[in-house]
Amino acid sequence: MNLNIELLIQVVYFSAAILFIMGLKAMSSPVTARRGIIWAGIGMLVATLISFTHPGMHNFIPMTSAIFVGGIIAWWTGKRVAMTDMPQMIALYNGMGGGSAAAIAAIELVRLSGGGELTHPGTVSQVLAVLGALIGTIAFSGSMIAFAKLQGWMRKVYRFKGQQIFNLAVFATLLYFGWTLTGDSFGPNELMIFFALALLVGVLMTIGIGGADMPVVISLYNALTGLAVGFEGFVLQNPAMMIAGIVVGSAGTLLTQLMAKAMNRSLANVLFSGFGTGDDGTGGDVEVSGSMKAIDAADAAITMAFAETVIIIPGYGMAVAQAQHKVWELTKILQEKGVRVSFAIHPVAGRMPGHMNVLLAEAGVPYDLIYDLEDINSQFPTADVALVIGANDVVNPAARKDTSSPIYGMPILDADKARNVIIIKRGQGTGFSGIENLLFFEDNTRMCYGDAQDVAQKLITGVKSL
Amino acid sequence: MEGFVALYIFMLAAFTGYEIISKVPTILHTPLMSGSNFIHGIVLVGAMVALGRAETSVEMIIGFIAVLLGAGNAVGGYVVTERMLEMFKSTKDKD
Repeated sequence: MNLNIELLIQVVYFSAAILFIMGLKAMSSPVTARRGIIWAGIGMLVATLISFTHPGMHNFIPMTSAIFVGGIIAWWTGKRVAMTDMPQMIALYNGMGGGSAAAIAAIELVRLSGGGELTHPGTVSQVLAVLGALIGTIAFSGSMIAFAKLQGWMRKVYRFKGQQIFNLAVFATLLYFGWTLTGDSFGPNELMIFFALALLVGVLMTIGIGGADMPVVISLYNALTGLAVGFEGFVLQNPAMMIAGIVVGSAGTLLTQLMAKAMNRSLANVLFSGFGTGDDGTGGDVEVSGSMKAIDAADAAITMAFAETVIIIPGYGMAVAQAQHKVWELTKILQEKGVRVSFAIHPVAGRMPGHMNVLLAEAGVPYDLIYDLEDINSQFPTADVALVIGANDVVNPAARKDTSSPIYGMPILDADKARNVIIIKRGQGTGFSGIENLLFFEDNTRMCYGDAQDVAQKLITGVKSL
Repeated sequence: MEGFVALYIFMLAAFTGYEIISKVPTILHTPLMSGSNFIHGIVLVGAMVALGRAETSVEMIIGFIAVLLGAGNAVGGYVVTERMLEMFKSTKDKD
């Protein structure tokens, strides 16, 4: 009987692993993406259900109640959250996964320290348990700080003299205690110090990073959680966890690299430099010439209504103002007037890659109007109007011209090549990175100040009245 | 399962993940990060087994936390990914 159950469990885990991989694959194309999450969801559901039947298990009441409590809270928060807040929710749920992997390792290590054995005894298993605990705990506390920062609970970027040396010292101590845990003689004290240090490392790693870099950091923690889950999967001899964890670990690592590359930064640069915190100053040597020229919404509306082609470049300002619905309304009115409207999305516009696409999709903008940087940049020279809504660094020509600028070399959207550039912006200040934007001072640029939603509404009224 | 078998599984899984991501358009990066975040929610299964075999009260408390967090990861990851992907439609789908 037991043999059959064991076999059934393995078959279900195997199917779940296939469903996860096929689901992820399907999620990599807009046409099949919807299907992908459903397949993966089915895999998760059957894997969870079959896990109740493992022989020799007890504690079913706390188990079921923990699933219900955790599941219902996550369901409720996930359904309620606004689309603009998605990045921090991903950080939050990811942190929970890391914490769960670390807690599994903690149980194994507590049992070992009390004279018991690991689920799968052996040196490899013990080393992987410790590694998974280390990575999972860092991903947990790091993700929680990332969540707090994006949620606006923690606005300050904490930097102090000798921070990196201090962090390095803490990390080295953590590694020492991790090493101790791979031996045969450690007790509860070493365990507690180890976990406390790992929590601290996650916090220290994240508090010094500015909001602009958070997407990269969240992606990194996502990959780390995957690794931790994969390692604990070996400890528990659970192939579904091993495969799903490592697939996410490697996919997440690649995604992190793609994101860092889109910002023209290395991962080390994101983690260890103060860029993105605003304390780099303006950087550039190129003198800003000219001045910012304002335009009111009514005039901007006229310029757009009589244009042949308009390219809209949304940025974080659109997300903050929740202006995506108004922007789509404006687009439809312009289309009725015969204007060809397309959307240009920079890979790191907003707080996560693809963040803008999600918002535009929410508003109902079909994805075939939306173009990536490589596909749209050749079209700016023939465009009549480039409308920049709350985007800044991603259209800053300093990235092409000013070798001393911190963003020099970063691929940007060539909005400055359009015949007219209209910038919707809240005020005259610099953006998230604190770098002066040369585009704002160009002769063909007009600034339309105000909240993105209000301005979009005024533009709609303006175009309608023509 | 011995070390080397595990190493092979890890290696193949790593290549699989790499291959899947390398052809993804930027527009799907956030949903995909969210989707992969959901998939490591499989940690719930491990947490259930860990709690199910917990003997002492310390093990039980940690196991309870593990299941709670794992369930949050899986359910939350699914809900937000599904919500995001639900909105991806082309001009054709809308007519």
